[in-house]
Amino acid sequence: MPMPEWLRLRRAEPVPADQAAQWTKCPKCGSMIYRPDLAANAWVCTNCSHHFRMHAFDRISMLVDADFVEIGGELLPGDPLGWTDKVPYPQKLQRDREKSKLTEGVVCGFASIGGTPVALGVMDFNFRGGTMGTVVGERITQLFESARERHLPCVVFTASGGARMEEGMLALMQMAKTTLAVRRFHDDGGYYISVLTDPTTGGVSASFAFQADVIMAEARAAIGFAGRRVIEQTIRQKLPENFQTAEFLLEKGAIDMVVERSEVKGTLMRLLDYGSGAQRSANGRVAVARAIGAPAEPAESRP
Amino acid sequence: MNAIVEREKGLIELEQRITALKTHAAQQPVDLTAEIRALETKYAEIQREVFGTMTPWQRVNMARHPKRPLGSDYIAALDQFDELHGDRHFRDDRAIVGGFAKLRGRRVIAIAQDKGRDTKEKVLRNFGMPSPEGYRKVIRLVQLADHLGLPVVTFVDTSGADPGIGSEERAQAEAIAQSLYELADAGVPIVATVIGEGGSGGALALALADRVLMLEHAVYSVASPEGAAAILWGDAGRAEEAATRLKLTSDDLLRFGIADEVIPEPLGGAHRDPAGVVASVLTAVDAALTALSTIAPDELRDRRYRKFRRIGSAAP
Repeated sequence: MPMPEWLRLRRAEPVPADQAAQWTKCPKCGSMIYRPDLAANAWVCTNCSHHFRMHAFDRISMLVDADFVEIGGELLPGDPLGWTDKVPYPQKLQRDREKSKLTEGVVCGFASIGGTPVALGVMDFNFRGGTMGTVVGERITQLFESARERHLPCVVFTASGGARMEEGMLALMQMAKTTLAVRRFHDDGGYYISVLTDPTTGGVSASFAFQADVIMAEARAAIGFAGRRVIEQTIRQKLPENFQTAEFLLEKGAIDMVVERSEVKGTLMRLLDYGSGAQRSANGRVAVARAIGAPAEPAESRP
Repeated sequence: MNAIVEREKGLIELEQRITALKTHAAQQPVDLTAEIRALETKYAEIQREVFGTMTPWQRVNMARHPKRPLGSDYIAALDQFDELHGDRHFRDDRAIVGGFAKLRGRRVIAIAQDKGRDTKEKVLRNFGMPSPEGYRKVIRLVQLADHLGLPVVTFVDTSGADPGIGSEERAQAEAIAQSLYELADAGVPIVATVIGEGGSGGALALALADRVLMLEHAVYSVASPEGAAAILWGDAGRAEEAATRLKLTSDDLLRFGIADEVIPEPLGGAHRDPAGVVASVLTAVDAALTALSTIAPDELRDRRYRKFRRIGSAAP
């Protein structure tokens, strides 16, 4: 399979003309940053270190060694509830497709990171706020199922406003579906690292984001269950500045580590290395099962 | 004010008149049979008109009716119940009641969300919104059930998980995620019944089950109508509109294949015959447990996987 066009473009030098000569304002410190500089700095403000929300394609390009083979990309959302408010749901989807160049809120596939083959899922807030509908749930589920079949560690970058309202209960059920896939992957010896990025809330934080073996968060990312506004409305008082930040969660003991974006890849490589034994032992179990003539389902379904 | 309570007012008045007339007729030597029959006919007509077809918003109100049987009423109707308290770490969350029980003679672990009836009890039970320690109690009880080979029976009734500061500090998302994770692999039958409101992840955390039953006027939604309206339009006041769009009634969920069975309620709602409704729910749960009881643990896990796997799936 050839390298995806978006990845080839991001690997090409120099920056394509349509992306050059653009300036972006940092929402935190207000400085104007030359876009190619921002891209070269992994979408971290060169002035104040604010971490911009990253496009999934940029994130993947930054992480993977060479190629990326997407899975589940052909899955596109339907309109199960026939939802219309200001505009029909399919129109919202179309608008987000054009705006983000994505087909849904997560990009999943296979790649290697620092020489370790992984199953990689990257969510993107640009597509309907990274909300989980049936397609996000299905792609994540397929990712864990393929990772299990291939005995690959799984790395998922989360960014989500929660379950997607426009798909109603079918969206909520994706929490159950992805959980079952993570559980099966784990029970088979799989190693799973989640990286929580800004923002990770609602149904995604309350399912696969918080089911990983190691939970890493990007510096200053907003992470929680209920949204900040909901809590403020419920308790009718202002929340402290650092409430629901990655640093706050670290202090409360909810996550393993907080990492600056520049350190994410290096940290991931070390974490993957620590877990390489787990993958070997999973393979070992399969080998033993084969040797003793016992059924070894994962091996049989291996491509 | 609850919309169903409003609509019931006329009916309750009529009911009182019929009762008064009947008492009068019993005491006085007058024949009021015709009058009573006329009133009863009128009563039945109004009842059919009010409850025969209900909008999704009316059904949300029915699910929240102040007299609707609550989690504790189902627990109280079990043959036997020994409550087990606490998450062994922080405190006992009273929004969730759980423990050993006997249901129609069968040993089970029963877990119920309870909103509380009067003001004092509502505060005690945090209006049925569980905190992380509530979900951690669920995790502990499901592990215990798995360990002892006891089926798990849950009664779901919550507007959602508690959205307070303390709950966030103690990692509400992690608690729900782990509750789901535990239910995903328990090698014992799990039967969940939505008895009132199934609000979002806070409800699902008790409902990743082999069989999901719903009372006729229970609702189950991706977010409470108020929550969905706030998320979508920044205006919780548009809850009625959200309720209409969310497809949250028991017939919707049966059609989606999310609910496996709908348990009928008397005309006018469960609170018209609380004991009867509680009994019919327990009968349905018992039947579901009987059907699941012969399935081996691995097969049970497999079927549970497939049940949720196909929801919103591209595969046939």
